[in-house]
Amino acid sequence: MGLESAFADEPAFVPYLAAGDPNYGDSLAYVEALAAGGADAIELGLPFSEPIAEGTTIQNAIVRSLEAGMTPERFFEFVADLDVDVPLVCMTYYNLIYQYGQAAGPRPFVARAAEVGIDGFVVPDLPAEEAGPLRAACDEFGLDLVFIVAPTTTAERLDRMREQVSGYVYVQARLGVTGARDDVGDATEESLARIADWDVPKAVGFGIKTGDHAERIVASGADGVIVGSALVDIVAEGYENDDPTDEVAGRLEALARELKAGALRGTQERPQPERT
Amino acid sequence: MSIEDPKFGEYGGQFVPEALMPAIEELADAYERYVLDNEDGFMDEFRSRLADFGGRPTPLQYADQLSARYDTDIYLKREDLLHGGAHKLNNALGQVLLAKYMGKERIIAETGAGQHGTATAMAAAHLNIPCEIYMGETDIARQRPNVFRMKINGSEVVPVTVGRGTLKEAISETMREWATTVENTHYVIGSVVGPHPFPKMVRDFQAVISEEAREQAIGKTGGLPTDVVACAGGGSNTMGAFAEFVDDESVDLHAVEAGGSSLEVDEKAGVAPNSATLSTGDEGVLHGARTKLLQDSDGQIMESHSVSAGLDYAGVGPELAHLVDEGRVNPVNVDDDLALEAFHRLSQDEGIIPALETAHAFGYVEKHHDDLGDTVVINVSGRGDKDLETVIEETEKRDLDIAPDMSILQRMGGGGL
Repeated sequence: MGLESAFADEPAFVPYLAAGDPNYGDSLAYVEALAAGGADAIELGLPFSEPIAEGTTIQNAIVRSLEAGMTPERFFEFVADLDVDVPLVCMTYYNLIYQYGQAAGPRPFVARAAEVGIDGFVVPDLPAEEAGPLRAACDEFGLDLVFIVAPTTTAERLDRMREQVSGYVYVQARLGVTGARDDVGDATEESLARIADWDVPKAVGFGIKTGDHAERIVASGADGVIVGSALVDIVAEGYENDDPTDEVAGRLEALARELKAGALRGTQERPQPERT
Repeated sequence: MSIEDPKFGEYGGQFVPEALMPAIEELADAYERYVLDNEDGFMDEFRSRLADFGGRPTPLQYADQLSARYDTDIYLKREDLLHGGAHKLNNALGQVLLAKYMGKERIIAETGAGQHGTATAMAAAHLNIPCEIYMGETDIARQRPNVFRMKINGSEVVPVTVGRGTLKEAISETMREWATTVENTHYVIGSVVGPHPFPKMVRDFQAVISEEAREQAIGKTGGLPTDVVACAGGGSNTMGAFAEFVDDESVDLHAVEAGGSSLEVDEKAGVAPNSATLSTGDEGVLHGARTKLLQDSDGQIMESHSVSAGLDYAGVGPELAHLVDEGRVNPVNVDDDLALEAFHRLSQDEGIIPALETAHAFGYVEKHHDDLGDTVVINVSGRGDKDLETVIEETEKRDLDIAPDMSILQRMGGGGL
């Protein structure tokens, strides 16, 4: 499907959930609720035991999913079982990509991902310098490889990423690890300005949890917003309270609608892009 | 711009979140300027502080009883006599000093056994810079004396509650903390692990061990040793003890890992009841580097185990992994029982209470001295005071002929320390 298509007409809302959190069946319903709530693309976390870029919220989601039996093979089944009509991004760590299949290297993982309908990857522990083999496999199977731009990223490193990025660029709104915050970072506008002339869509994530946040991020020039921990919090709360699956799915869908509506409001507040 | 190769063959590299990349590039640049090129006299100040604050050089001591027992000349490189009681200060002092040269305002570090944490806390106090140490809850419980020492030196100790609460989780959590505070903070990693330049830089700070041992051995015996034996967890004392001998092809290098309770792996439970990464692990990516790992067939990292907290790690330094593949380093392992026996033997026969980590090196020599040459250097990487509670507990569980009778403690109404 191509990840860029998610950003084609209006600002995109890109939610994240850890696949299989808190179990396979509920997680399918939750991801489908996000699509029903207006998601334009969905990042699905494939849980790795050492998620060094994640804050507590997503670490806990990963533990729940792993304890419920998630594996790379189950993840691919999960993607195949999903009934959604938006592009899907696999977010995971490099060791799982590297170890999959008989031959060492990322190719078998990418081949299998393409087969089940994954459109691209975000790999937080794979900087541009180490990404060559994965980029090549993505090219072979027509998948996208998203890179994360941090507030600390140097100009030299931006150039290296620009050569390899496709789908969208993930702009990290502030330093640190993933996790919902009450405020969103000030670094966003500056980061967006630095990559303004890149020809891939710019999606901002890390800390966004309300429609107002999404509105402000889009108003400052982003092509989309990525929201993870605020949604994972809903899954965690439902799990702890043993709430019925459809109620939790309803809450996810409602927050998805709020976030998407916020992103749409954001476009009213910025100079209209010179598009026809 | 960095000129040093970030890899050792296929191992090493820089697999870290983007937010950290500028920091490790800055560090790679500082490593080349200050450590490799001695800019601003950095290495001179480092060596001078290692001597005056650390107490270097440490002796290379002839071990009378063990030499007689094995009919082989056994020499002990006494890193247990370094300030703090372990080799860890060599690296901690180097990195904390480097952080000062780089203008960083704050130090963070992870610790497993607590030896690296205490060394970093001492170095931070000595060089007057604030310090926070991340430590797994399990390790806090089994290494209480070191927690006190860190606190007494003025460092904060931050408990890490995720996972099994050991070194692996502490490293992950310190990397997360670093990603948040990277602009003013230096992460003093405790071993030859992590992204480039850490494995090379930590090796270079620890290489003083083999630099001294090599000269001392030539001075005492007129030639090179036939064998160098060191325990290996992450591998900092190992690389420190081996570095200057790597080019001496006549010298056999033995890296002794923790065989734990068994080399069998419970893939379903995700547990490898050992830390024998070099002997049984396979290639993967963890904590910023491609190296050998204890992992399941999917690539999930296993929970490791050793009676010794300092060896309890599912990864290993990428340079050691490379040297093993090249056939230059001999990877071997010693289980918990043999390590405990060796602990008691060294304490009784030589009057040296070794760290449980170190005891693994002696366990190997006990079992395999017939395979070794006639001049063996064993790196006494640390002293065992921190392990006494564990040793008493673990000794009670076993029927070891060599263990002292500890019933006096029960009669005194106590138990433990």
